[in-house]
Amino acid sequence: MTTFDALMPLLIPLTSLIPGVIIFMLPEERRTVRTALNLGAAGVKLGLVAVMVWGVLHGHVYETRLPLLPGFQLVLAADALSVLLVALSSVLWFVTTLYAVAYLEHAPQSRSRFFGFFSLCVTSTIGIALAGNLITFLIFYEMLTLTTYPLVVHRGTPESMRAGKIYLAYTIGGGALFLAATAWLTVLVGPLDFTQGGMLGGYADRYAGQLRVIFFMLIAGLGVKAALVPLHGWLPQAMIAPAPVSALLHAVAVVKAGAFGIVRVVYDVYGIRFAAELGLLQPLALIAAVTIVYGSVMALLQDDLKKRLAFSTVSQVSYIALGAGILGPLATLGGMVHLVHQGLMKITLFFCAGNLAESTGIHSIRRMAGVGRRLPLTMGAFTLAAFGMIGVPPMAGFISKWYIGLGGVAAGESWVIAVLAASTALNAAYFLPILHLVWFKEPEPPEAGERPQRRGGLEVHWMLLLPPVLTALLALTSGLLAGAYLSPLWWTRLIVAREYQL
Amino acid sequence: MIAPDPTIGDPWWVWVIAGPLAAACAMAVFRKLSAAFGLLAGLIIAGLAARLILLVAEAGAVKTEIGGWAAPLGIELMADGLSAGMLGITALVGMIISIYAAAYFRPHDGADPSNPPPTLFWPLWMFLWAALNALFLSADIFNMYVTLELMGLSAVALTALSREPAAVSAALRYLLVSLLGSLSYLMGVALLYGAFGTLGLASLAAELTPAPAALAALALMSAGLMMKAALFPLHFWLPPAHAAAPAPVSALLSALVVKASFYLLLRLWFDAFGPAATAAAALIPGVLGAVAVLWGSVQALSAQRLKMLVAYSTVAQLGYLFLVFPLAAAEGARGTAWCAAIYFVIAHACAKAAVFLAAGNVLIGFGHDRIEELRGAVQDLPVSMFGFAVAGVSLIGLPPSGGFIAKWLFVTAAIDAGQWPLAAVVVAGGLLSTAYIFRFFSRAFAHVTEKHSCCRVHPAMEWSALALALCALALGLTAPPVIGLFQVGPPLLETAAMGGRP
Repeated sequence: MTTFDALMPLLIPLTSLIPGVIIFMLPEERRTVRTALNLGAAGVKLGLVAVMVWGVLHGHVYETRLPLLPGFQLVLAADALSVLLVALSSVLWFVTTLYAVAYLEHAPQSRSRFFGFFSLCVTSTIGIALAGNLITFLIFYEMLTLTTYPLVVHRGTPESMRAGKIYLAYTIGGGALFLAATAWLTVLVGPLDFTQGGMLGGYADRYAGQLRVIFFMLIAGLGVKAALVPLHGWLPQAMIAPAPVSALLHAVAVVKAGAFGIVRVVYDVYGIRFAAELGLLQPLALIAAVTIVYGSVMALLQDDLKKRLAFSTVSQVSYIALGAGILGPLATLGGMVHLVHQGLMKITLFFCAGNLAESTGIHSIRRMAGVGRRLPLTMGAFTLAAFGMIGVPPMAGFISKWYIGLGGVAAGESWVIAVLAASTALNAAYFLPILHLVWFKEPEPPEAGERPQRRGGLEVHWMLLLPPVLTALLALTSGLLAGAYLSPLWWTRLIVAREYQL
Repeated sequence: MIAPDPTIGDPWWVWVIAGPLAAACAMAVFRKLSAAFGLLAGLIIAGLAARLILLVAEAGAVKTEIGGWAAPLGIELMADGLSAGMLGITALVGMIISIYAAAYFRPHDGADPSNPPPTLFWPLWMFLWAALNALFLSADIFNMYVTLELMGLSAVALTALSREPAAVSAALRYLLVSLLGSLSYLMGVALLYGAFGTLGLASLAAELTPAPAALAALALMSAGLMMKAALFPLHFWLPPAHAAAPAPVSALLSALVVKASFYLLLRLWFDAFGPAATAAAALIPGVLGAVAVLWGSVQALSAQRLKMLVAYSTVAQLGYLFLVFPLAAAEGARGTAWCAAIYFVIAHACAKAAVFLAAGNVLIGFGHDRIEELRGAVQDLPVSMFGFAVAGVSLIGLPPSGGFIAKWLFVTAAIDAGQWPLAAVVVAGGLLSTAYIFRFFSRAFAHVTEKHSCCRVHPAMEWSALALALCALALGLTAPPVIGLFQVGPPLLETAAMGGRP
């Protein structure tokens, strides 16, 4: 292992930590410097991640160990699974930064504060992805709570303060549970590093009962962020945040951190076979299934576009947990690849909702009639992503559902098919009417608070338009070319092969 | 255990006691230069403390006899890792508070009658500092009494500095408690001297038997010290005293003075009273500490004024410290519990000093500290509020911060010792502290359009609050060397379960 390989997992978080700290200290009016710093850092991170992807493929071991406590180390390491989330978050950080710069152009609140915390939030996500043991994961998981709170309450209005309070109550509570569970596990077995195939198998005889309790404490702690029912209450509230924050929260940062944690705990702490032996998987799959259906039903009942998208997230993220709750490589493949697919599709939807609100002032679905004519590209991207969410081939969402379904059948859990079918029907029921309104209805005259059509030029600022178009195309290609070299599915196959030692 | 001091006969480190005393004398002559002398003394103490820390870390514990007189007659001073570490944290926090005080007590253009003349603060603070340093270096229980009394008297005088009725009555109550506590301690000392004919910590540790006299002495001394350390239900004097004192004094009292009494308890229970300190006896401070955590937090939740909130937070946080006694009674958790208490002491010293200084800035800036009326305070005092936020992270015990390390150690020690209720108290205390800290944050960080009438606060005062907060944050990353230093020397190491010295 060269020095560079040993430093790499430290460098990647630092490329957003250092700019974040500098941005805090920049005066408000230094717009150009701030934007250059933001985009430059995101670019450098992308470059480093590309190197890391290449390295992990070619058998490089990226690992940084720092002493944290006597006997405990802060471990940052890149295995195939970390790279999946690292790559996703660095790509999406870049486009979201682009989007946020334009979106917050005229906002009255402090932009240094926003972008400072934005960078810290990405740093925490990267830390979560690269964490090499449970205590390192815990540290970044809690940091994520702290760095996203100021983003949620960014507008400082009473509603956003209230949403922030709810958000904090849920996530701090979940964090405390996670801390207790981690401490308990550490007392039992010591600070073991994440290991593919799990590391607790040897303790089955001695601690089976305690390990079961710990598992559910861990899942509950993670389930808060992953918005598993009944711990999802904060998510629909938190969509009060500015659009780029919602986009990031729902696609890569908070929700994904919880889902990623569940994947880590199931596969690399307990090991899926051991978890199945302890009888832990079925309850997990059941909770996930309930969440999927419940989230979809609730989404159907919302008229506010962002709220509908938020409940859709509740439902969609649980596919990942569902995949983790079924023993067998196919379900694992479907669940893990959904980490990426859901991120690409959901961020597109939130960007589009943001553009819609920004350029027309429309927030509620019933007012969306005919907006396809005003915002053809935005709504085109929205349509692609919505089809993906429903699971229409060849979009990315189809791939995830397909493999989870196959995995369910292979594991003899055919009820999974029923859940998937129900969810697909519900997805269609809450997305297709929107698309119908958008494309096939006549526009209505603007109401109070809405803006009339702009004349000439692009439908919105190019920095608001490029991100959703880009992510929608990514969602399309990762479905269309799912079998191609380096596609998310291809990469996930690599992880699954290593996990099941195929 | 104690290495011979190579510098015996020329004990340069005695100047950490003599230095501030000399400065106090100089201030009596050159009143106008008080602040300069104070800062100079602070620099000298900081330098000497750093040198002593290096010496102890390298050569082990050192001791010296003042004037060359040996133990029974002369005064013996000893510095092991614990002493040197406490000296160091006192120097660090004391130095930054001194810088703050130099700005706080600076001569004003328009004579403000509510501001006390600076000439009184500095000599009293020098006496206090000398007493603290002497207390940490004392090797016998009678010297500890003398230094305890000197510390108490200077602290009382500092509390009354503003001469306002509230401050004077709080100081009087503090004086009574302080005297009562020292008296109780002194009776214990007399009992021990009568029974064992020795006062030295080392010889007591060797000769002490669990005789009735020893048990009575332990009870008396512990009760006196717990009173001075404001353990529930003997905490009643602390909130008014800490809230009424001028900001730098509040910071000194909360960060350092109460910790000195706790330091003595730690010394007695772990070093001298080994045989008498049974598990059953240890339960008393433990249970009271647990109640303090909950009671103090609930009181902080309902406080109307910011300084009162912070003072009750001190009551709660001190409660954690006393959990060390029952936890250490379990053999396996002894080392972890001891490290947890020590780390808590230093992390809380930095964080609480930062919070009190920030609260002082609020009081100066707005002329009041009523929490309800502090909406949007961040717009006027961004640096102080940021410092408050960062220190709050440590007080709550979220990573990365010294508070997190301490909390983690406490939770693992409690689980290891099988003391589940105490683990629950630590976790619940964290949740409650989140609630009371964010009760202030949600107002301070709210977005308001109307402008406050805010006086300018000296930049040195804003930045010193932030500096202390950043120290608390940095402690989250420096645990191994710091814990290693504190572990040099104390006899408990022989049974410690923690990793070896680095």
